[in-house]
Amino acid sequence: MAIWRNKLRSSSTPRCFVLASFVVLAACLAHGQSTNSCMDCHSALPEPLGVSQEKFSQDIHAQQGLTCTSCHGGDPTSDDPDKAMSRKAGWKGKIDRKQIPQLCGHCHSDPSYIRQFNPSLRTDQLGQYWTSVHGKRLAAGDTKVAVCTDCHSVHDLRAPSDPRSTVNPVIVAKTCARCHSDAGYMKGYPIPTDQFAKYSTSVHHEALAVRGDLSAPTCSTCHGNHGAAPPGVDKVQNVCSNCHTFQAQMYEKSSHKNAFQAAALPGCVVCHSNHGITHATDAKLGTGPDAVCMQCHTPGDTCDQARAGLLGSLSRLDEAIKNADRVLSLAESSGMEVSEARLGQDQARDSLTKARVTIHSFRTDLIDQDIRAGLQIAAKNLQAGKEAMVERNHRRVGLGMSLIAIGIVLVGLRLYVKKIES
Amino acid sequence: MFATIRHWLDERFDWDDLTAPLRHKTVPSHRLSYWYFLGGITLFLFGIQVATGILLLLYYRAGANEAFESVQYIMTRVRFGWLIRSIHSWSANLMIFTAFAHMFSVLFLKAYRKPRELTWVSGVVLLFLVMGFGFSGYLLPWNTLAFFATKVGTEITGQVPITGKPMMIFLRGGEEVTGATLTRFFGFHVAVLPGLATVVLLMHLLLVQRLGISVPPKLEVQWTRNPSDKREMTFFPNFLLRELMAWYVALGVLGALAAVFPWNLGVKADPFVPAPAGIKPEWYFLFMFQTLKLIPSKVWFIDGEVLGVLAFGLVGLLWVLLPFFESDQPSRTKRWITGLAVFALAYIAGMSVYGHLAK
Repeated sequence: MAIWRNKLRSSSTPRCFVLASFVVLAACLAHGQSTNSCMDCHSALPEPLGVSQEKFSQDIHAQQGLTCTSCHGGDPTSDDPDKAMSRKAGWKGKIDRKQIPQLCGHCHSDPSYIRQFNPSLRTDQLGQYWTSVHGKRLAAGDTKVAVCTDCHSVHDLRAPSDPRSTVNPVIVAKTCARCHSDAGYMKGYPIPTDQFAKYSTSVHHEALAVRGDLSAPTCSTCHGNHGAAPPGVDKVQNVCSNCHTFQAQMYEKSSHKNAFQAAALPGCVVCHSNHGITHATDAKLGTGPDAVCMQCHTPGDTCDQARAGLLGSLSRLDEAIKNADRVLSLAESSGMEVSEARLGQDQARDSLTKARVTIHSFRTDLIDQDIRAGLQIAAKNLQAGKEAMVERNHRRVGLGMSLIAIGIVLVGLRLYVKKIES
Repeated sequence: MFATIRHWLDERFDWDDLTAPLRHKTVPSHRLSYWYFLGGITLFLFGIQVATGILLLLYYRAGANEAFESVQYIMTRVRFGWLIRSIHSWSANLMIFTAFAHMFSVLFLKAYRKPRELTWVSGVVLLFLVMGFGFSGYLLPWNTLAFFATKVGTEITGQVPITGKPMMIFLRGGEEVTGATLTRFFGFHVAVLPGLATVVLLMHLLLVQRLGISVPPKLEVQWTRNPSDKREMTFFPNFLLRELMAWYVALGVLGALAAVFPWNLGVKADPFVPAPAGIKPEWYFLFMFQTLKLIPSKVWFIDGEVLGVLAFGLVGLLWVLLPFFESDQPSRTKRWITGLAVFALAYIAGMSVYGHLAK
């Protein structure tokens, strides 16, 4: 009976069957001969048995020429419901949830069959699924877990690249959240249900959903899709390193790697959290509410002193860049041409970013190199801005003197005209 | 010393005889005489354009990979380069403004009437040439705004039936705005247009010299009726000194604009980035641009933009020929031309403001 508890199934199904029998009969009698009797009747049925022609025409399988019988069997040429849906004609009826992965995998694990439609489509989904937490639990008899149709939808299944697809990168987190954010549904599973709420506040979500950056991670990027599983405490950095390469390389060589491993701490997550990752600011190195170092370190110890030094260096460079920006903006608003220095500011900002990345090495000597380089560039740009302001003042003085000279000439001319006309 | 030089010239070239027309030339003196300065100020600004343009040529390099950098070099490295470039840009805009103002003053004072029809025609042709200078010069720094404004501008040219497309390709040096367009526009800006403008300008000045300066019809009637009311001043030195004062004022305004608001260089053009939102042409093309934007895409069976371009072409032609619709009798003026001038001024000003404010 577990299947009846599945949230994806309607509790009104038995009533539907009663209604369905009348509607099916009426629809079939009214229509007469047809080549697809499935659609003739089911398009007139209410959910969950109803499948409209419009809905099914959106399905990628229908678009590739597959029909109802490809999954459900039966004889669509017969108008007699008993014949069309007879076991003799291979009719399978509603596919049992336990059988869905196998049914989909029948085609999707067959490279020679899939190649006909899309040669680049992978065929390891079923194999991966059985390694996932979902697959393992399904195999153990838990039918509440997700099967193919729960994520991909059914009868209107679209390619992931389609923005309306339930597994499109921008939408997939909401699809996962349908179960994983439902505390009632997830009752009995020892995992939290606030992942989506946290993810919605994360820098990753902002990049993906707000800025439309499809390279930003969503649930499946870190957990896998068909083989969805938690990355494992000691493998977190392997997940993050797929994008954050330099940070991972530095962390690998740092003293913190061994320390975190020894304490069974989940690498990157210790400082950055997981689902609710916010923009990493220098405040993480501070002592305020966002501080992370002091979660483990003791105030006043060597590491705390190094932390304070790093924070000071980063703040100094940040301030130097902002100061140069201020002067350059002022010069620019005065009409001075400072685009070269503006370009130089990007280099200073790069140095700051590099220094922030180098933090993951936890080596002050390497970080100081980047800070020094950035400070030099910012100082040069500040000087350019100041020179532009001096030049602006020279111009205004020059203008004032020229206007005085012009004024004198005008007065002289006026007097001369008066003289010759008198 | 001046007397010696003058004697030396007179002995060889009959200098006194040569300069006699200047000495005898007079300018009417009345309460609207100050409008006469506008033509001279436009001429002065044209001179500034020629002088600063030649100086810019010393450093400017026409080419998609060099133009922006060379202007940047002029603005940042060349001593007083910023001033020369800013004066060139501001002077160009002021010149177009004074040319428009001069044209409308001629219209309202009815100075285009017989026998000065050709003075008007040459003046309007000069205005068109000056706008051509503006259009071709705008692209030369090869910045983003200039690039896309030129793209839009040449696209509008392409809307003219039959000759439009070949004309657009001729202007662009191909199907698209590229480095070829830049070198072509540079050629128009420093060779073709100056040559044409010099010829038409000389003709215009010659006609002004030959036909003298017009007086408003009412005053003309009054002066004819009562010759003792007639007031004149000699061109040299009285009018010229006043004109010189106007030039000095223009120079002061120009210097102040260039020093306080140096002409912006913008961002280097990148043909592969999308056009910035709300791209607009320079202010003197804005009234036409806004009109084209307001015309529906289809008017009856004709494409709206084609209709607009053809209408502007026709209006431009009629504008050149405007004096020929005027009465032969100096005393009988046609009021509808004054009405048309008021309407044209209001339309140009209104559409320009609307175009500036519109998103």
